[in-house]
Amino acid sequence: MILAARLAWAQTISLWRAGALRVLIFALILAVAAITAVSFFTQRIESALNQQGSLLIGGDLAILADHPIPDAFADRAKPQAILTTRTYEFASMVIHGESSQLVEIKAVEPNFPLRGNLTIGQHANDIGQSVQRAPQLGEVWVEPRLATLLNIKVGDQLQVGELSVAVSAILLREPSRGGNMFSFAPRLMMNAADLPATQLIQYGSRVKYQLLLASSPAQINRYSEQVKPILGRGERMDDVRNARPEIKTALDKAQQFLGLSAMVSVVLSMVAMLLSSLPYIKQSLNTFALMRCFGTQQNTVLQILTIQTLIIALSSALVGALLGFFAQLGLSQLAGSLFVETLPSVTLAPVLIGFLASIGMMVAVVLPHAWQMRNLSAMNILRRDTLVQPLSAQAKFLPAAFVMVAMIFWQARDVNIAVSTIVAMLALSLIILGFVYGLTYVAQKFLIITPKSSTWASINLGIQGLKRRLGLSTVQMIGFCMGLMVIMLLTLIRGDLIRNWQASLPEGAPNRFVINIQPDQIDQVNQFFIQQNIQDAAIFPMVRARLVSKNKQLINSVKWEDERAKRLAEREFNLSWAAQMQSDNKLLAGRWWQENEYGKPLISLEEGLAKSLNIHVGDQLLFDVAGSPLTLTVTSLRKVEWDTMRANFFAVTPPGVLDTFAASHISSFHLPIGAEESLNLLVKQHPNLTVIDIAALMQQVRGIMQKMSQAIEYVFVFSLIVGVAVLYAALVATREERVTEATLLRVFGASRKQVSIAYIAEFACIGIISALVASIAANGLAYYISVNVLNIPFQFNLSLVVFSTLVAAILIPLAAWLGLRSFLNIAPRQLLNSM
Amino acid sequence: MQQSPMIQAQDLHYEITNHDNQIRILSGLNLSVENGDQIAIIGSSGSGKSTLLSLLAGLDVPTSGSVQIKGAAFSDLNEDGRAAVRARDMGFVFQSFQLLPALTALENVMLPLQLKSHPRAEMLSLEALDKVGLSHRVQHYPKQLSGGEQQRVAIARAFATQPSILFADEPTGNLDSATGQMIIDLLFNMNKEAGTTLVLVTHDIKLANRCKRLFKLDNGVLLEMAQV
Repeated sequence: MILAARLAWAQTISLWRAGALRVLIFALILAVAAITAVSFFTQRIESALNQQGSLLIGGDLAILADHPIPDAFADRAKPQAILTTRTYEFASMVIHGESSQLVEIKAVEPNFPLRGNLTIGQHANDIGQSVQRAPQLGEVWVEPRLATLLNIKVGDQLQVGELSVAVSAILLREPSRGGNMFSFAPRLMMNAADLPATQLIQYGSRVKYQLLLASSPAQINRYSEQVKPILGRGERMDDVRNARPEIKTALDKAQQFLGLSAMVSVVLSMVAMLLSSLPYIKQSLNTFALMRCFGTQQNTVLQILTIQTLIIALSSALVGALLGFFAQLGLSQLAGSLFVETLPSVTLAPVLIGFLASIGMMVAVVLPHAWQMRNLSAMNILRRDTLVQPLSAQAKFLPAAFVMVAMIFWQARDVNIAVSTIVAMLALSLIILGFVYGLTYVAQKFLIITPKSSTWASINLGIQGLKRRLGLSTVQMIGFCMGLMVIMLLTLIRGDLIRNWQASLPEGAPNRFVINIQPDQIDQVNQFFIQQNIQDAAIFPMVRARLVSKNKQLINSVKWEDERAKRLAEREFNLSWAAQMQSDNKLLAGRWWQENEYGKPLISLEEGLAKSLNIHVGDQLLFDVAGSPLTLTVTSLRKVEWDTMRANFFAVTPPGVLDTFAASHISSFHLPIGAEESLNLLVKQHPNLTVIDIAALMQQVRGIMQKMSQAIEYVFVFSLIVGVAVLYAALVATREERVTEATLLRVFGASRKQVSIAYIAEFACIGIISALVASIAANGLAYYISVNVLNIPFQFNLSLVVFSTLVAAILIPLAAWLGLRSFLNIAPRQLLNSM
Repeated sequence: MQQSPMIQAQDLHYEITNHDNQIRILSGLNLSVENGDQIAIIGSSGSGKSTLLSLLAGLDVPTSGSVQIKGAAFSDLNEDGRAAVRARDMGFVFQSFQLLPALTALENVMLPLQLKSHPRAEMLSLEALDKVGLSHRVQHYPKQLSGGEQQRVAIARAFATQPSILFADEPTGNLDSATGQMIIDLLFNMNKEAGTTLVLVTHDIKLANRCKRLFKLDNGVLLEMAQV
């Protein structure tokens, strides 16, 4: 074994020096780097969720509800010496001078947080001090972003509802906040005892109530077992293991996307490895046959091959994991803050994943040849054609295909997504094949009509070269196409789609929502609309109700598998009423009510909600409206155009059905430019009104999408680099063939220029076809998303097609040219042999 | 007016440097080949036959001395200049056929014509393949052809361009004797028909004797010999 190890090491070094391993190792390193970079990044977020669960909650256990948490929960905790504290989170407006800003208010009791600390300072760049307490009465802490938006500093006064408070610190860190993806407005923290004075929580206010608990693990477990059975509708419990399920859901999706992005690199790396392994395998065969000639046992030969494989796999994995570590720093910088505020350090688990992947990939490449070598004899050094039956192409690629498919399934974690990914790759390959055949056919026909010149003849020779090396050409094009396509699609989504969506909104489309309008404020709000000449701004009533049963069968959120259905079954509905159906609604089933049906217990539902909860026309729905039962019969299903930005409702009744229940109101309108101050004045007069600036919200969404798409693009850069590796691997694999071809052409009288033109034309075609297919596919997918998902007009992005095609047509032949030009300096006489 | 020789080599020297050692391959070699001549160059393995052929064909340049084709300087030209002369005046038949495996028989024959953008490339190629008796195999790839058939394609390729000079480097070296004989008969018949000047490198005396003139290369020196 030691001898085998020594020989394996010596051979690996000499193979590396001879250049037989470089492209293979480069491709393997890149694949491991891509896998480990993604793995490091997602594992850091997972660690944050797993190990810092208590920090993310602010305690060891949290009971959350959309209504005030019954005292029974706290009462049960007290005798068990479990610490408790309450928090209240809701969106509202704060006012400073003439300006107002939407914020996320968190009102906390004095002993918040029970676990972890907050960090406060005097200004945004302060190092800050850790505290484990709430703001004092009459004081608030604001997030740096809020300080910038309202141009406030420590010591300034703010109006929070009816209460005037002083800003006593800048809130620098709040671990329980989560990442930017989950906070759409800046934070303001206040003392819970000040809340009543603000008068902000009124009927219809959407508040997240929390009871946080902390104690020993045993106590907490006991408590949670006691309390679980008594959790009511709209109440749930988060412990440190499942803290912040919304972050976990987002992380799962990110893991899927990023993981699949890394898989593209893996697939391409395997292709590069397969192509570049040929000189390595050939040299190894020669060496092993000679060793057998000199008396080495078959087992020893296989041992050497195994150890060599491990040396290559492990050393590549080490370098790849190191590269991946540095790469994940970039990923974390780009997208880490979307999920959690602070990421913990990395652990070594992703390194292990990298090592396993590296070994798997190497084994897949080497295994077919090892199988071939099992009957290697001394005879093979003399007569290579007596080697065991040469492997068919299928047999050579089968282990690699198996590893690729397995890794795609592993990263996708979902059979449908994995299958879709594989089908998409195959479809792309077929499209590229079609392009190649089409282009070579057109080139042949084109040559007949072009002027007779050696240049055109050389170009045609180059184009025909695609067909001569069809398999390799296709593989190279797939390599570039995949990376380019995803990056272009993300660019289109980030830029064009949102722009097109915004452009599709009619002039005068609502750009503000106002919620929490109380009945006694309706007149003033209408007055504001009249003063500002805002037309078509209706004020809609809203009554909070919870769906209890359908056709006398209780609605239980647990039985729904679909996440959306679960949420809808759990949450409170906003019921509204209307005499006429809104103009942006379309009746899909049933009928709208007549005037003589006003007051009757009927309801019209949005079609998506009905489909999620399996509700049909004619069903009887029982609602709980502030403790009172209300049974309504479904008379119609509607399609709602949500992206008109007008106020719309999932559930609407005829007038007169909900009159006896307390209601708040909502409106959406187009605020003309220059009317912002008047709106601020209205909010100042009625601080409970919450104004949502849609443009600002869209900006936020765009920011999140930008970061996430940049993270995915970042991972796809690996696949582009691997695409270059595939190119070089293909050059390595075809070197002998190309040398012969180039030399033969020169023997027949082709000038070096002609040969160069032929090769540049071949690789320019590879670049052009890759970029064309990538940009057309990206535009196609963007079209599908625009028209079928977002219902917005689509504009084909021609400049992207032209730009990417030009760049690819220049860079790819240039890269290939650097590898090929040495061929032209080989003297043609090498073709002449004498016995 | 006396016509210039088709090929004129004067005082050719060719040396290579190998690990600081100067190895002399050719020493002051002179050769004159008239239009329509058929010459054979024989010599033992390593005598420099292929080197001489490569210098005459402009595939390499001499250390000193000169080669002229049709009275015009040839070895003094740069690589592209020599390539242009090869495209215009020369055809080649190699020991290992040197067909491109991804091209059909017809495409292989068309290749030198396509490089010159010849308007009748396909027609001339089909005619050449017909002359070598392979008009029924034009769409076949080299791997579908036997050794003899491949060499016939190579011969068709060499003659399709209607060269003034044909260089044949061990044309039967990779063939069995029966096939080799058939190939040689074909080569000489087509050469006679085309009136091409033939330069044949071989170790086969019998084959060499079919040429009008016989040269032996020994220790870098070329000596004309009588038929054996």
